[in-house]
Parts: sequence; C-alpha cells; structure tokens
Amino acid sequence: MDLKEKLISSFMAFEERVDVHTELHDLRTAALKNFETKGFPTKKEEAWKYTSLNAILKNDFTVFPKQENAVQYSDVKKYFLHEVDTYKVVFIDGVFSSHLSATTHEGIDVCLLSSALTKPKYKTVIDAYFNQVVNKEETLTSLNTAFANEGAYINIPKGKVADKPIEIMYLSTGNEAAMLVQPRNLIVVGENAQVQIIERHQSLNENAVLTNSVTEIFAQKRAFVDVYKIQNDNEAANLVDNTYVSQQEESSVAVNTFSFGGNMTRNNLNFYHFGEHIVSYLNGITIIGDKQHVDHYTLVHHATPNCESHQDYKGIFNDKSTGVFNGKIFVEKEAQKTNAFQKSNNILLSDKATINAKPQLEIFADDVKCSHGCTIGQLDETALFYMQQRGIPVKEAKALLMYAFSNAVIESIKIPELKQRITKIIANKLGVKMGFDL
Amino acid sequence: MLSIKNLHASIGDKEILKGINLEVKAGEIHAIMGPNGAGKSTLSAIIAGNENYEVTEGEIFLDNEDISELAPEERAHKGVFLSFQYPVEIPGVSVTNFMRTAINETRKANGQEEMPANEMLKVIREKSELLEIDRKFLSRSLNEGFSGGEKKRNEIFQMAMLEPKLAILDETDSGLDIDALRIVANGVNKLKSDKNAIVVITHYQRLLDYIVPDFVHVLYNGKIVKSGGKELAHELEEKGYDWIKQEQEA
Repeated sequence: MDLKEKLISSFMAFEERVDVHTELHDLRTAALKNFETKGFPTKKEEAWKYTSLNAILKNDFTVFPKQENAVQYSDVKKYFLHEVDTYKVVFIDGVFSSHLSATTHEGIDVCLLSSALTKPKYKTVIDAYFNQVVNKEETLTSLNTAFANEGAYINIPKGKVADKPIEIMYLSTGNEAAMLVQPRNLIVVGENAQVQIIERHQSLNENAVLTNSVTEIFAQKRAFVDVYKIQNDNEAANLVDNTYVSQQEESSVAVNTFSFGGNMTRNNLNFYHFGEHIVSYLNGITIIGDKQHVDHYTLVHHATPNCESHQDYKGIFNDKSTGVFNGKIFVEKEAQKTNAFQKSNNILLSDKATINAKPQLEIFADDVKCSHGCTIGQLDETALFYMQQRGIPVKEAKALLMYAFSNAVIESIKIPELKQRITKIIANKLGVKMGFDL
Repeated sequence: MLSIKNLHASIGDKEILKGINLEVKAGEIHAIMGPNGAGKSTLSAIIAGNENYEVTEGEIFLDNEDISELAPEERAHKGVFLSFQYPVEIPGVSVTNFMRTAINETRKANGQEEMPANEMLKVIREKSELLEIDRKFLSRSLNEGFSGGEKKRNEIFQMAMLEPKLAILDETDSGLDIDALRIVANGVNKLKSDKNAIVVITHYQRLLDYIVPDFVHVLYNGKIVKSGGKELAHELEEKGYDWIKQEQEA
C-alpha cells in the first residue's frame, strides 16, 4: 500500500479519534477528496518541475504516532531561543507537549489548535478564519486540511502587542522509523495588534521525517506581524511548508525563511492583499551543501491599489546541492500604484551545485512599479584577494564574503538574540570561527 | 628588504612585466611612476600575491626569503601591505571587526596570542586619531558607502593598525581632494621608520610633494626604464610621459 492509499484508508480512523463536528467533517472530507483526485505532486506539474517527492514517498511512513514520546528540556534547549523569555507551543511527534510549552490566555491566546477547533468559545474565530485563506485546490494543503487537528493557535486581539516572541516548535523523536507529521497553525492578528513568531521543525535523530505543514496568517488593519522560520534540520528531514498570509489595509507582514538544513525543503509562501497600503516582506537566506535541496515557491497577489511587496532571497549552494526560486507576482487590474520588487541572488560554490531561478510576473494594471532580478555568480575574487591581503586566510575570507552577501536579510531580523543565533548558525554552516560574532 | 629580480609576469597570453629589477632597503621610500598601462598596478598586485597573474620568470625576496610562491595571506603575515586603488566594500562587517580579524589572524600565523580586547580598542583609538577618523566611522560596514577619500583614509588606517614592514600604496592619491591628501600623507609619514619601507605607485607627482621619495623609478612597457632621485618626479611632471616614450622608441 503506498502512502496515498494509506492516508486515505486511515482517514476514518483519524476522524473517530478526534472530536469532530459536522462543519469540520465536511471541510475535511472535501479536502481529502481533492487529495484523492490529485495525489502527491509530481515533476510533471509546472509548480513541481524542479522538486521531486518520489524518493521521499517511498519511505514507509507512520501517519499517527504509536505512543506519546517524552523529551527533556535540557536535550532540546539549544533549539529554542533560550536567551530571551518566550511563549512556547511545542509538539513532539505531532502531539502537544505541555511540559515544554509556555502558553497563555492572558490578553492574547497562545495555545493549541485542537482545543480552538473544539471549544465553543473559539467558534466564531474558527468559523471566520480556519481554512479561509488556503488554496483549496492545492493538493498537499488539502492533505493537511483533511488531517488538520493539532498545531499552534495564536490570536492577538485588537490593539494588543504580544509582550514576548512566540516560539512554535515541532520536534520529531525519530522513535518511528519514518514519520509523517502534518501540523496546522492558525494565527490571527487583530487591528493594530503586533506579534513576532519563530517557527522551527527539528528532528532529534536520523530517521526519516516528512512534515507537511500549513500555516494561515490573518493580519487585520494596521497589524504588524514578523515571522521567522528556522529550517536547520538534520539531513533525513523533509519539509513542505505551506504558508498563506491574508492582509488587510495598512498591515505589514514579514516572513523570513532561513534554510540551512534538511534533505528536501519546499516553501510555498503565499500573500494575498485585501486592502490598500499593505506592505509584505518575503526574505530568505539559504545556505546548503551535500545533496540538500531547498525550493522557494512564492506568490504575492496584489489585488488592491497602493500596496508594496519586497522579496529578497539570498542563496549559497555548495557540493551537489540544488536550489529553486520561483517567485510569482500577480498584479490585478485594480491594483494601481503597486510597488512589487523581487530579488534572488545566488552564489554557487561548486561546479556541481545547481540553482533554478524563475521570476514570474503577471501584471494587468498599467501604473505600477515592478522589478525582478535574479543573479547567479561566484564569490568575488577581488574581494577575496583584498581580505587575504590583510592577512585573513582564504576560508575565513570566503565566510566573511558569504556573510556580507546575506547581510541585507540578516539585518531584517528584529529580535537581537535571534539575529545573533542566525549569524552563529551561519558561521557554523560555513565552518569558521571568527574573532567576533559572525 | 624587498628585492625583485628579473620579474616577468603575464595575464593570459599577454606579457605585462618584462624583467623588473628593484631593490628597496629598510627606511627608504621609493616611488614608481609611469603612464597608464605601464604595469604599475600589476607589479603591486604581484608583490602582494594576486593569483590572477602568472609569474613566468624571476623572484621576489622579502628579507632574503623568496616569497613568490606564498599565498597572499602568508605574505601579509610576513609584513607585506598593499593599499588598494579600489578598496572592496564588505557589507555587514564593521571596520573594527574586520581589523580585529585581520590582526588576530596575523598574530596567530606568527605564533602570537590574540590581542586583548582593551588593547585592541586602545590601538584603534590611537590610529584613528592619527588619520583623523571619526569613531562612528569605525562601526560602519567596511568601505560600504564610503567616499573615495574615506576609503583611502581607511586603507592607511589599516596600514597603521597592521604596522607592515613593506607598504605598497597603489594610486593612493586618486580620488583625494587636497585636504584628504594631506591627512593621508601625514599619516603615512608618521608611520615611516627606519625599520619599514614604502613603495608609492602613482601616475602624478602631486602625492610626492607630501610623501617625499628617496628614489623614483619610471615604469614603461613592463620595464623600469629610468631611476633617479626625487627630482626625476618633477622632470616627469614638466615634460610628461611622452618624453619617456620618445626616448624609448628612439
């Protein structure tokens, strides 16, 4: 039985386990049907031309964990931003871990989607937002929706500012030989409200993991949302991250994706505008080697006038690693005075590394500023010589240059401790120790 | 200190240096002048170890040690410094952090301990005053958004920090207004001692009014065709390089 059949046949068992009311049942059934019709995406589809799931899907994935697994905080502390106080919503093999978490209901809600889906007091929010911004035709999103039950539920009401960053952490123990996990996050940020969110998926040993995650973010009028995705998993981990952002007027949402690890990572990042004077930021740093694969598939849908979007993706590819950047900007006829910018800058450190960069602009308005630029190059020889001339050995000089190359995106990190953490991960990744915190 | 013997070098199939001989002793300032395309910058790049050029014949000695096969950083560790005509911008790395890395890598290579942070700060303060550099400037990204003058001043600041045995100043005067030129030259003169040597590479005589050379060499078509004292620079300024060209072609 292949994974698709296994999933379809386990759907009834899944629904029996969770406390389902009719509306959710209908929604899940429709989603499962879409997945059943379309199956897993293949390279024959334009959107998946450069990324294959075939080899990954051959694993005999467990679709529900057989037991609850415990993890000691001391063993996983390093994956958290422990230098600062944060709210934490932590899952182990897809199951909520109350002892690792620090949730809250004081003024803001930082808790579990499973309780939000079932408790009556959340019903109005769930009805208004759950599954509302996702692309219902997208097969992996549908697969997630069919089994959507657990994940983070964050609701920052009107005028509230989350007093500390929120960490959403998905840990995989690897106690199952191969495991499929499907987290589902719902983030609603009210009018004039603000929040910073850090999301991380981390497996704790070398057993294969496939994560098919869906996150919905709703930013109301004048809301400020910063999301940081840290993808530094070990090399048996595979991640498909489907993030959908819905923005109302004058809101500002930034999604920063740091892809350093994992075997295969696919980021489907979608922004939809529903008001004027919206700003969207999509930033990414990708530094990979070996046979790692990272695919950024972005969409910004400009449907309203006077909005901005800024995409800035930096990629450094070593060994036989492969990268994909597919950035689609869609500007509707009504979306006059749109400013949409897109940059994808890439450095190939090896002859065998590959990057496929593809900007896609569809513009139907006539008074807009749109630009896109993809560059692919090597490290600047003159700059290397300059640094070597000052006594900096070639390895460190290369690291400094790569750091400098990624700097514009590093600078956009607004949490100082996180910025330090990311630069440390980068220094590790580049195999250098500088005399200062790189 | 520096001894160059019959140096030939090429880039691709093109021979640029065609047998250079040069002796520079500790305590001396040498100027290398010449028209555009004579090979001045090539010579400085080759002394510093730029691997884009191929040395086809000859040797370069620093204190009697052949350095022709050494990597650029190894030459730097032995005391070779090149002030670049076009310093490179490195966003995200502050001047201070860059200097800290450069100094500590050099000390490490020479078997010394890292410089303690407070000492580093003290030296940075001293040397930045010498070059009349604002403290705020030191926390800016290296050369990023610097004016031409600021870049050159920053090069000499780095020279002051690294205290090289042999400093080669490649067109340090280009892009400098007269005030900046004075500050830079003043800095260089204060760094000058009887233990180090300076090679000034320039197209124009102007800089040599401030950094007065003991010897002037004229480089033309890959060879040193004339050597003399500082008066040679004035003669060149007056007569122009055509004089040299005509003499050579005659």
